[in-house]
Amino acid sequence: MYEAKENNGNVIEAVDLVKRFGNFVANDRLTFSVQRGEIFGFLGANGAGKTTAIRILCGLSKPTSGQIRVAGYDVYTRTEKIKQRIGYMSQRFSLYEDLTVWENFRFFGGIYRMKSALIRERADQMLGRLGILELSDAVIASLPPGIRQKLAFSVAILHKPEIVFLDEPTGGVDPVTRRQFWEMIYEAAATGITVFVTTHYMDEAEYCNRVSIMVDGKIEALDTPEQLKKTYNAGSMNDVFLKLARRNEEQMKE
Amino acid sequence: MKRFIIKEFLHIFRDVRSMLILFGMPLVQVLLFGFAITNEIRDARVAVVDAVPDVVTKDLRNKLFASGYFTGGDILAGQHEIDERFRQGDVKMVVVFEPEFAQKLERGENPVVQLIADASDPNAAKLLVNYATGIINGYNRSLGTYPPQAVIAEPRMMYNPSLKGVYMFVPGIITILLMLVSAMMTSISIAREKEAGTMEVLLVSPLKPISIILGKVTPYVVLSFINAVSILLMSYYVFGVPVKGSLLLLLAESILFILLALSLGIFISTVANNQQTAMMLSMFALMLPTILLSGFIFPIENMPAVLQWISLLMPPRWFIFIIKSIMLKGAGLTYFWKETLILTAMTGVFILASIRKFKIRLD
Repeated sequence: MYEAKENNGNVIEAVDLVKRFGNFVANDRLTFSVQRGEIFGFLGANGAGKTTAIRILCGLSKPTSGQIRVAGYDVYTRTEKIKQRIGYMSQRFSLYEDLTVWENFRFFGGIYRMKSALIRERADQMLGRLGILELSDAVIASLPPGIRQKLAFSVAILHKPEIVFLDEPTGGVDPVTRRQFWEMIYEAAATGITVFVTTHYMDEAEYCNRVSIMVDGKIEALDTPEQLKKTYNAGSMNDVFLKLARRNEEQMKE
Repeated sequence: MKRFIIKEFLHIFRDVRSMLILFGMPLVQVLLFGFAITNEIRDARVAVVDAVPDVVTKDLRNKLFASGYFTGGDILAGQHEIDERFRQGDVKMVVVFEPEFAQKLERGENPVVQLIADASDPNAAKLLVNYATGIINGYNRSLGTYPPQAVIAEPRMMYNPSLKGVYMFVPGIITILLMLVSAMMTSISIAREKEAGTMEVLLVSPLKPISIILGKVTPYVVLSFINAVSILLMSYYVFGVPVKGSLLLLLAESILFILLALSLGIFISTVANNQQTAMMLSMFALMLPTILLSGFIFPIENMPAVLQWISLLMPPRWFIFIIKSIMLKGAGLTYFWKETLILTAMTGVFILASIRKFKIRLD
């Protein structure tokens, strides 16, 4: 039962995922699945439990209960297998600022046991596509935030993971860069990488294939953006989210 | 692993502060201690007891005070005044000529000059006596008729006759620097990864926690070791501090202590979430006890009983004892196997504790 299982092309399957911190329930019986190659948006307000869930899926944190498989492996027992197959970009900027672009690529490629030649090849390819090949030897601290963010994403998918987890990747980034960043996400998805992205920018939700919306630790809605807008009779994802949040508040009052 | 270590070295070499602590510190500390001593020698006040002055004693006195090492030259009324002058602290050494000095020399007997030094400052006392002896030997050579005619210099150390604590500063500095570089720098560099968010990325990667720790720690082992060796070399060549015992044993014990300090550093970093906290914790939990309670500056025997008990828990205390024994007494493992065992046990405890802590953090 420990071998990798692919069920109907789902790379992430969670059934009744629960995470408790003492009396506080951060994730309340989350059930969802993510298909191979899709861009899955994981939406919610700050403190809704997004980061807790993503940390569990990445193996940084252990769930309290529930059955969870990532890339076909059980998160309780096969975290090492999972770790080889995923990429991760955290909320906080996560490159080494005192190292150069190339040194960061070489280091992060190295911890995934990639050969130097392969790292060089892919790094050149990625930098070329970003049009910053000449910045290869620039120290990260000297680069503008937009470029750093794109580099952080490039580094996260350098080893061609099956799934890349992006935890609020566009926080504090200007709209133009956000746009370019999402283009990079599409390109990655086109090469077969599954993208699991959390955000609280509702306009970004429109770019996802499917989104789940979390409110207070629960998944309140899960569907394609079009379908959600239809269901909730809303003009934009922002309205969908507000309606959901309001409904939840009323339930709380009752 | 290899890339991890390379990356860690890059962090260190690009950070001016790290480089200053790593390489400036040993140099400055050794030189500071060294020069503090030479300054004292240059201006040392010396008094004289010369009951019956004659040509020879006057000649010797002139030679001593012309050397530049000694100042003062007060003539004391007699031996009874020596103790009083030492207690007042304004005199570092008293030169006592025996009576009938010139006549004895004439007769072919060997008149005696006593060099009484205040050995509560053992470094200074020893150097003063050495200088004075050198000058007197120079005078003997100038007499030319060796052997019958010669003045005998007879050193006497007061207050601390065995010169306990001589060269104490070298073992002390080695201990402090190993503690500083190994524990403080490691804890800060791990805390920096947490602060920057890169630690999460490392934890999500297939790297095992033990590889992360080893990768972070290896450069500091290497640099600490280089530091220890360079302090030894510098103190040997600049200040003539000897290593009487086995150099190999000394280095082996140093590595043991480096491991201990590193495991302390890792332990601190599992508690501290940012560089500031890591630094403060290392300062208060490691540096101050190392300086104050290890017997480096204040003798443990003179401490209140409570502090003596606390000092038993201080790793530096045991390490200072060990290197002191090797460097100054030339002792071997049979002499301090107990202390070595204590250090080994402490290292084991801290490594286990930090691995546990590190794992818990992952949940």
